[in-house]
Amino acid sequence: MGMTMAEKILARAAGRSRVEPGEIVEVAVDLVMTNDITAPLSIAEFKKLGVERVFDPKKVVFVPDHFVPAKDIKAAEQSKIMREFALEQNAIYFEIGRAGIEHVVLPEHGLTRPGMVIIGADSHTCTYGAFNAFATGMGSTDIAAAMATGTTWMRVPPTIKFVYTGTLPPFVTGKDLILYTIGQIGVDGALYACMEFTGPVIDELPMDDRITMANMAIEAGAKTGIFACDDKTREWLAKVTTEPYEPVDSDPDARYAQVIEFDVSNLRPLVALPHLPSNVRPADEVRDLPIDQVVIGSCTNGRLSDLRIAAEILKGRQVHPRVRCIVIPGSQEVAKQATKEGLVDIFLEAGAVFSVSTCGPCLGGYMGVLAKGERCVSTTNRNFRGRMGHRESEVILASPAVAAASAVLGRVASPFELN
Amino acid sequence: MPMRGRVWKFGDNIDTDVIIPARYLVTIDPQELAQHVMEDIDPEFAAKVRPGDIIVAGRNFGCGSSREHAPIAIKAAGVQAVVAESFARIFFRNAINIGLPVVEAPEAVRETETGDELEIDTENGIVRNLRTGKTYKATQYDEFIQHIIRAGGLLNAVRERIQARKAAEAGQ
Repeated sequence: MGMTMAEKILARAAGRSRVEPGEIVEVAVDLVMTNDITAPLSIAEFKKLGVERVFDPKKVVFVPDHFVPAKDIKAAEQSKIMREFALEQNAIYFEIGRAGIEHVVLPEHGLTRPGMVIIGADSHTCTYGAFNAFATGMGSTDIAAAMATGTTWMRVPPTIKFVYTGTLPPFVTGKDLILYTIGQIGVDGALYACMEFTGPVIDELPMDDRITMANMAIEAGAKTGIFACDDKTREWLAKVTTEPYEPVDSDPDARYAQVIEFDVSNLRPLVALPHLPSNVRPADEVRDLPIDQVVIGSCTNGRLSDLRIAAEILKGRQVHPRVRCIVIPGSQEVAKQATKEGLVDIFLEAGAVFSVSTCGPCLGGYMGVLAKGERCVSTTNRNFRGRMGHRESEVILASPAVAAASAVLGRVASPFELN
Repeated sequence: MPMRGRVWKFGDNIDTDVIIPARYLVTIDPQELAQHVMEDIDPEFAAKVRPGDIIVAGRNFGCGSSREHAPIAIKAAGVQAVVAESFARIFFRNAINIGLPVVEAPEAVRETETGDELEIDTENGIVRNLRTGKTYKATQYDEFIQHIIRAGGLLNAVRERIQARKAAEAGQ
């Protein structure tokens, strides 16, 4: 009996020839990551363990991104705890102005490679599955233990294979594919499982779109999402790293808990209405929802290709007078490139603001918090009650194309409505 | 020793954003977090909850972010245990790691209401509703997870291991 790619990575990290879904294994970790919200708790726990140094400073990463540049004194104190610990440990640390959102920054620096086991104190750590890594989010105590020992325990997840066939219509992106998938299986449809994304549509899908899909695997309850390593993956890695890596592929006779096939040829740009990412509808079926704000950015959709799509739609148009449109680059690199390509000019001319790189509004931190009764179309990942501000505010999830079109029309809109 | 407590019942997909909204994640102080526990699903909850109470909820409890602040806020508010039809995996790990008992008992959840009194025997995986007198099976933990619970959380379990390794090295 063969193994899936997730099983192969965990078997290798456990020093075993094979592992079975459901069993608990201890694995060596290749990268451990925390951010300004989760690091202070991890550090406090780490200090209780009676060890002085992290297991390997080259494998421990700290990224200030959630509430930075510091939104208030308390947030500043949290960031300071992390910065001081990172520097004292000589660990990998990305300072503001040379970094950005963790899940955008780490792949840009070639830190997320095929075959690795990556854990992070952030639920969207599953993003790195786009690079054929086994990557999953954990809490601060798990991360503290891993920072000390270089190992963690994992229950080997069953794998659900998703096969995407057909032809992707215009303006239908990785975001629409993952929203559609979550809409079909529900927010606990892949609970504890690994989602393996395959099929001819995936083979053609650009890396940025794959990253968006892996990023939201957690929104289906999954432990992780994973893609095979192909020419597109290798092309990305060749630009950013000279480190060797060992890709894994699923065996033809691998066992799957389920195989689910979607023909995506007739898909339209989608939105997820409040208050669950599974509450998915075609954008052109909900035209009667006026909006107050649009956010384009985040670890889900803050990459260059996302800003390009938004700019393509906003070029020569104006953000609706009643709407605040906030564009947030996922990293300093994205900001630099967007500036060079003239995207920033397009946003500013359209009446949008172009922010520093931050997670900020996605989790109601700052830089776009919603008032009572306000509604926002956002390219982020969660539309839970109160996620972006007041508990009676609403978040509607969408792709950058839908978000930009909505910004122009002042209501939920499909990009096809603009001529 | 079985634990007993008064029930607060919630629905499906209770996410970590409503358990502890991100606007409060500028601290790791458990008492400060406890003041806002469940605030965006029930703003009165922090004022109503009493030490020893039990949260009962539907499917996928704790979905969303990895913030350990969520189980910490629940525990610091005095909640003794969470019983749910199912748990989101990061929340489940976090709860076990910090010593907040989490019990999977779907049938018990469906037949329990706010105000009921529950008796939970985590060791034997039994939940009893004292109002109805009915007894339910809860999912049993693996030996590995029980080990973490017996040690009083992941940190203690790992510390024991590190100390054992150090002692072995010193003895060589």
